Amino acid sequence: MTTSTIAGAPRRGVLSRVTDRIGGGVIQALMVLIGVFWLVPTLGLFVVSIREEAANNSTGWWTAFTKPAEFTLKSYGDLLATGFTSSFWNTVAITVPATILVIGIAAMAAYAFAWMDFPGRDPLFLVVVGLLVVPIQIALIPIAKLYGALGIFGSIAGVVLFHVAFGLPFAIFLLRNFFVGIPASLLEAARMDGASEWRIFSTVVFPLAKPAIASLGIFQFLWVWNDLLVALVFADSDNQPMTKALQSQMRQFGTNIDILAPGAFLSLIIPLVLFFAFQRYFVQGMMAGSVK
Amino acid sequence: MASIVLRNVDKIYAGGVKAVNSINLEIKDGEFMVLVGPSGCGKSTALRMIAGLEDISGGEIIIGDRVVNHLPPKDRDIAMVFQNYALYPHMTVEENLAFGLKLRKMPKAEISKRVNEAAKMLGLEQYLKRKPAALSGGQRQRVAMGRAIVREPQAFLMDEPLSNLDAKLRVSMRASLNTLHERLGVTTVYVTHDQVEAMTLGDRVCVLRDGLLQQVDTPQNLFDNPVNLFVAGFMGSPSMNFVNAELVRGDGGASVAFAGFNLPVPQETFTEKPGLDQYIGKKLILGIRPSDFDDAVIANGHAGGWARLPVRAEVTEELGSEINVLFLIDAPPVQHQDTVAAADAGDDEEAALPLVGDKSLWTARVNSRSHVRPGQNIELVVDTHNLHFFDPTSGLAVGHPANARV
Repeated sequence: MTTSTIAGAPRRGVLSRVTDRIGGGVIQALMVLIGVFWLVPTLGLFVVSIREEAANNSTGWWTAFTKPAEFTLKSYGDLLATGFTSSFWNTVAITVPATILVIGIAAMAAYAFAWMDFPGRDPLFLVVVGLLVVPIQIALIPIAKLYGALGIFGSIAGVVLFHVAFGLPFAIFLLRNFFVGIPASLLEAARMDGASEWRIFSTVVFPLAKPAIASLGIFQFLWVWNDLLVALVFADSDNQPMTKALQSQMRQFGTNIDILAPGAFLSLIIPLVLFFAFQRYFVQGMMAGSVK
Repeated sequence: MASIVLRNVDKIYAGGVKAVNSINLEIKDGEFMVLVGPSGCGKSTALRMIAGLEDISGGEIIIGDRVVNHLPPKDRDIAMVFQNYALYPHMTVEENLAFGLKLRKMPKAEISKRVNEAAKMLGLEQYLKRKPAALSGGQRQRVAMGRAIVREPQAFLMDEPLSNLDAKLRVSMRASLNTLHERLGVTTVYVTHDQVEAMTLGDRVCVLRDGLLQQVDTPQNLFDNPVNLFVAGFMGSPSMNFVNAELVRGDGGASVAFAGFNLPVPQETFTEKPGLDQYIGKKLILGIRPSDFDDAVIANGHAGGWARLPVRAEVTEELGSEINVLFLIDAPPVQHQDTVAAADAGDDEEAALPLVGDKSLWTARVNSRSHVRPGQNIELVVDTHNLHFFDPTSGLAVGHPANARV
């Protein structure tokens, strides 16, 4: 039998000991390096979008830094000449209502699932969660037929409705799980204070759920903003969003990069701005529900 | 302000669990009523039914002169203080206090007047702009109180409001609750599992067990004249000592015999407790409060007529002003269901000591000048005027007026 003596600092994780040995500075440098590496494609896209077409066709974008004279905004002008602005506004007209509707409806539904007593509540919630696994592809044809019958096929309203329908299950699931974490006595206190159910929802629960709602908002916004499939099926050419407009610029034998690059870059900017604006909530919201 | 009356109130949960069983309780206008009992006794359920947060399964609840059975909480004009305070975390203290008034569409001037008054009363003025997260536990507790006060309701309902505070703060909050009640004079229903809180705060205390009302009385009466074994064992700390005994009448008058001891029972006791004489020659359960003991050496002066009880101190707990002496007596512990239930609910300091065979552990509270040490022999005196007698089968106190009717 061997005897062991206890000495030294308490045992810690491998990672924290490794960090200590090489020092925090090295780790940080590595992180920065990885971050930069990840940014390279975006940077490339940006550089391509501000170079002359001829330069793009003859040399790689990374050579541009030695010849700043090549930089021009001509591609952006060409892009606007294709009527890209209208598709930008179409994207906005699809994304904003689809996001707001999902948040609004899901928050109310989640409140009911979390805090109101009604027959069949739990089975119904299970059905909603079950809808999470339904892939949108199987719904394309039936919904297209339905839209045809309703006369909204090809319209922006049709695209929005489709996004709302398929955004709701996840949204309800996320918010409901956040809502049940709010202490019941808080709602009871509000009830004693004289608040109606709607008041409790709007002045107590909704403000408290801000982190969850912000992260849900970003998720939903990005999905809809970047969507191509739904737009391809349901939006006709007058109502097409940016993704579909860019896709239609693709040629079979040629890249048409001078139109695609500025278009893709423009479609990137708005989600980036949005993400950085709500980044704080986003991180909080990711934690919500995982650890209570 | 208003009185609150519970008439045959039942609460039956899904699955048939009866949380509250036909409770009759009348809380007078301006009274401070404490509901006390072990956990799961239905005290919180009763409170939540008065609040309207739980439906009632039967009976009726009357606040003032209105039957409120089916009124939603907001229409009952009562305010509640929650155990975890339930402050709105996204609102400042001021907004927390004003929330209920705003919902009632009170004019702005009146709201700010009431909020400032309450803040002044509770010493919260400098915290009005802070959010609850930036407050200490005691301050949050006061905000929760303030939220009830500003409403100027018919009644306050408090659900263990002090249980999340540390011991010292709890004592000072208890005192300020007392002054607050004296000042406002609002009918208050207060739920706690802490019998010290119950004794110190209540005008009257209502003891509940398993959804059944046991006894409603002033704290002193509960302590002096418990209606049954459960109340006797639950109220008072350390709790009452019980033993199976036999009442006999010999040449020198009546006495009660247990574990080789023989305590004389004064003649007055028989007049105070009608029906006790029927137990002569029969078994009953004897109860003695730890505070009715003293060290014979110290008590010599005033212990005239008190019975002596030589014992060996097993454990002593020195509390400064007095000493709790734990000693064994040569009799099996009383296994009545009521004493077991009360012991489970109380603080189980005794349970840690391994009991030897069929002996039971008693506690005596003696003067600290006694200086008794563990293992020493000590002669105790017992105030025989304060003996408690219980029926061995029903567990009811012999001679208690509430039991005489039965």
